[in-house]
Amino acid sequence: MTNTTAPDRPGRQKRDTTLGHIAYVLRENPVTLVAFAMLGFFLGSAIFGPSLVPFDPLATNAARALEPPSWDHWFGTDNLGRDVFSRVVVATRLDLTISVAAVALSFVTGSILGSVAGYWGGWIDAVLNRFLDTIMAFPLFVLAMGVVAALGNTIENIIYATAIINVPFYARVVRAEVNIRRNAGFAQAAKLAGNSDLRILAVHIFPNALPPMMVQVSLNLGWAILNAAGLSFIGLGVRPPTPEWGIMVAEGANFIVSGEWWLALFPGLWLMLAVFTFNLMGDGLRDIVDPRKRS
Amino acid sequence: MNARLKMILGRVAQAIPVIAGVVVISFLLTRALPGDPAAYFAGPAADEASIAEIREALGLDKPLIEQFFFYLGDLSRGDLGTALSTGQPVIADLAGRLPASLELTLFALTLSCAIAIPLGVLAATRPGTWIDHLFRVLVTAGVSMPTFFTGIVLIYVFYYLLGIAPSPLGRLDFLFLSPPHVTGFYLIDAAIDRDFETWLGALKQLILPAATLALFTLAPIARMTRAAMLQALSSDFIRTARAAGLGRRKVLYGYAFRNALLPVITTLGMVFSFTLGANVLVEKVFAWPGIGSYAVEALVVSDYAAVQGFVLAMALLFVLLNLIIDIAYALIDPRIGLN
Amino acid sequence: MLEVKDLSVAFRTRKGEVEAVRGVSFDVKRGETLGIVGESGSGKSVTSYALMRILDAGGEIRSGNVTYGGIDLRAASERNMRDVRGREMSMIFQNPRAALNPIRKVGHQIEDVLIQHARATHQDAREKAIRAMEDVRINDAAARYDAYPFELSGGMCQRIVIAIALACDPRLLIADEPTTGLDITTQKAVMDLVRDLTRDRGMAMVLITHDLGLASQYCDRIVVMKDGEIVEEGDPQRLFSQPKHAYTRRLVDATPRIGASIRDLLPPEERTPQPSHIIHDRPLLEVIDLAKSYPGKSGPVQAVKGISFAILAGQSVGLVGESGSGKSTTSEMIARLQDPTSGAIRFEGQHIALTPAARFTTHHARRDIQMVFQDATDSLNPRDTAGSAIAEPLKRIEKLKGAQLCARVEELADLTGLPRPLLSRFPHQLSGGQKARVGIARAIALEPKLLILDEPTAALDVSIQALVLNLLVDLRAKLGMTYLFVSHDLNVVRLLCDEVLVMKDGEIVDRGPAAKIMSNPDHPYTRSLISAAPQPPTAPEPEKRAVN
Repeated sequence: MTNTTAPDRPGRQKRDTTLGHIAYVLRENPVTLVAFAMLGFFLGSAIFGPSLVPFDPLATNAARALEPPSWDHWFGTDNLGRDVFSRVVVATRLDLTISVAAVALSFVTGSILGSVAGYWGGWIDAVLNRFLDTIMAFPLFVLAMGVVAALGNTIENIIYATAIINVPFYARVVRAEVNIRRNAGFAQAAKLAGNSDLRILAVHIFPNALPPMMVQVSLNLGWAILNAAGLSFIGLGVRPPTPEWGIMVAEGANFIVSGEWWLALFPGLWLMLAVFTFNLMGDGLRDIVDPRKRS
Repeated sequence: MNARLKMILGRVAQAIPVIAGVVVISFLLTRALPGDPAAYFAGPAADEASIAEIREALGLDKPLIEQFFFYLGDLSRGDLGTALSTGQPVIADLAGRLPASLELTLFALTLSCAIAIPLGVLAATRPGTWIDHLFRVLVTAGVSMPTFFTGIVLIYVFYYLLGIAPSPLGRLDFLFLSPPHVTGFYLIDAAIDRDFETWLGALKQLILPAATLALFTLAPIARMTRAAMLQALSSDFIRTARAAGLGRRKVLYGYAFRNALLPVITTLGMVFSFTLGANVLVEKVFAWPGIGSYAVEALVVSDYAAVQGFVLAMALLFVLLNLIIDIAYALIDPRIGLN
Repeated sequence: MLEVKDLSVAFRTRKGEVEAVRGVSFDVKRGETLGIVGESGSGKSVTSYALMRILDAGGEIRSGNVTYGGIDLRAASERNMRDVRGREMSMIFQNPRAALNPIRKVGHQIEDVLIQHARATHQDAREKAIRAMEDVRINDAAARYDAYPFELSGGMCQRIVIAIALACDPRLLIADEPTTGLDITTQKAVMDLVRDLTRDRGMAMVLITHDLGLASQYCDRIVVMKDGEIVEEGDPQRLFSQPKHAYTRRLVDATPRIGASIRDLLPPEERTPQPSHIIHDRPLLEVIDLAKSYPGKSGPVQAVKGISFAILAGQSVGLVGESGSGKSTTSEMIARLQDPTSGAIRFEGQHIALTPAARFTTHHARRDIQMVFQDATDSLNPRDTAGSAIAEPLKRIEKLKGAQLCARVEELADLTGLPRPLLSRFPHQLSGGQKARVGIARAIALEPKLLILDEPTAALDVSIQALVLNLLVDLRAKLGMTYLFVSHDLNVVRLLCDEVLVMKDGEIVDRGPAAKIMSNPDHPYTRSLISAAPQPPTAPEPEKRAVN
């Protein structure tokens, strides 16, 4: 209507209410519905799992070691006779905590850095860009390895390392979003209306960068889990006997060649499902914020 | 063309501050060690005296800035320290193992591009159909697969159950001798040597780990191809081309695909980053004697110089790959460097 | 030659099916130029895409017939259609730069068409492409052959698009808003070129435009579309003198033209007497030797090169220029959103440019200098409702709160003709005209002394433009504001302003009273601007229309 360069295309209709749109996306796209249901399942496991599982995840039982899945042990037992099902479920809390904490940390840091650089530009922007370039110059997993190795082998350091490698993504998204809007009409108008720069940035511009960031968040939650599991797989971070998906796969890997598949399969499957859930959510969220994608 | 050349030189120049940053960060990682770096460098078996000796040898008793110049000096001489586990200079270890990693990575990337790009184009030209939906699910599943887990599943299926894959231990079965060293890439060296059996043996060993890596990188490339292709197909210039009566092939490949290739090339940088990281995990799973498994072994015994050397080498390799990507991009897109 | 009968086009959207074109019938005779005129959403572009069968995904011809020279285009196979496109009928588009493949040399893009339609072989394609470029009056065509679209100006890109369209000597050219986004002088050059080329080759043309004036100048016959239907058809003279349909009449009225006052743009029944405004004999704003330069790749770029002018209190001054003339930079410096490189701005005798733009927020003159922005959509925060957008300056500068604030916002809504229930809506739920009103309400909330209007109607349909311009006239009289009206359109400026400044390349090249500038311009550039603007046939006499 107000854009003279846009062809008059009737398909381009105005968005209704946000809720209506979300309902539309969920209805139209059952995959997204499934993703949100699966998220609910994982959150449930993380919160209630430890009090619901049938066995103590750390209790060993040499008499029943390496049993295949059965009615007693749904996912079988490992080489020390521990119940794989209980361990897989209990591990949910740790894995989700690591990824959520890491993503939250990088979200906050990245938002601040990106907003400042995108809004004020100049040397701050130049310095930040160099800094981000340098971080991005490392293959991310390798940098995470280096950071954990340097800082020490703890769960907190896994979180820091994962946060550091994700900061550039947020900083870049926010920087770009803020930068294209800093001279937008509504930002100028806010200036005329007596808003200070900081207020314009925080109240008027930054909230508009949120939708693309939410997509990044859901993707990063997936990466963060993969990253943490990968680090424990190579022996960094979480240590046995703590139940964690990556370690359990690593331990189970030794038994694969002799045919005891359940040790590695179930934690791996759970890990995959968790990442899958987050990634599917990303697609759904993107569709929610970008109705042009599917019309 | 002259402007293009200038632009390429500019890109190369831009890599210099990045490399400087990489060097600074890897130095800081060395010095950020909690506790005594000298103790780390000396290894767990060292006693007080040898730790003190190492501290002095490393210049750790000097101010940080002075240490940094020592570090630079060592680097310029290609001295990354000595690896505890092998007793060799780290740089020699890395150089010896690098071809194994590169062969695996490049083979996997070629494989995944060859599958992912046509797949993405296919999905983009049929938006909203079941092909598109299936594509979406497959791609999301692909990117959700932890590489180490995929590798283990592939080993279980193809080695344990079906018995068609060789045992997942290294680059070549012990029945074969490694081909005479020319490039360090077994497939190439065996071909040069005209040793077909060794070539086939190397390929067999390579297939599973490469497939594992390719499965992981397939998804982002395919997804980007689809998105870029959709974007290109909805551009105004495609409408012009159609209105001028150009044929479907010309519109699709001559116009849309070439434009779509640009964002795909940009994505490759990110994909390289993932691949080099995933490489470490895949090498561990398949006991592949590359620099990734070297780093993992070094981590286990806290062999710090080796880990640092590995991180630095990976970063430099990645900077180089990104440089190549940038230059390739500039060669395709006339707009770069001229406005 | 082309016959369209009962054509209906529907789009599948997530809200179900939307009929974009409903039962449209018209024909185009050999050598004739037909104009299809309509405002946004009228379905005029969709109609043209349907003729070429290049509808976007989801669009489909539902019913009707399209016959071209005896061929049923609706039934034709895709292969046959490809032969028709480019060879029999071809098309040019708005936004020419985007209409060309960005990474292919323009010469090659012309060759592609020649080779596709077997008009050239790989051996002589280059030569023929260069000839096609010469045909559209591109100087030094051989050198331009190797250029990429981004290296060419918008007007030059449009010539390439025309060259592509005409390369294979089609008999019908469909021009879809070919000059939207181009400067007015470029617009004239492109339209003249298209007219000459089609005339010389005896081609027929369909010109699709929102600009009734433009259509009447170049077309033999015009159909007017609204909401997917044709409401009226006729020759331009007749449409202007005796519009039959109420919508056409409204459109004719709203088109700025010589001799019409600002009230004449409204439908006759809404024409209240125009209120006069008082001009005081003291300057409100003085701009002295104002200059602005930006760092560029090859030395600083001078956007504004030392201009001086004064605006009396109560006066309305128009600042006219094409893109790149520096008019927007000037207005932003006066609005204190940008700092000048040198020079002074005096507002009520005070040097306001001494306070940097970054700190002007707290300056006491902030409330007295406000601005209405060019793109109403862009100037509203997508996450804020209309009401909170208007309330923003009141909250921040006037420090109003609660019921007082609410009352003032509603008062402003009434003043700008924005229905109160719309205050709780978000920008995307408002029409273009409503968004413009929100922008104006926000700008006048503090009752500024100087209101800078930066092309406030450029993005609006002409009937909405008429309403907004009249609103501005009323507000000026009511609130005694001084206007600085920035625009590319002399026809619009003339309606609202007492004085006019004409800018070109960062300098003021012409100035004077609006009436004098329009009727008797001194400067050749002003003359070229005036002559480039399409002049619709004179409007009907009011009495004559009363009979209809």
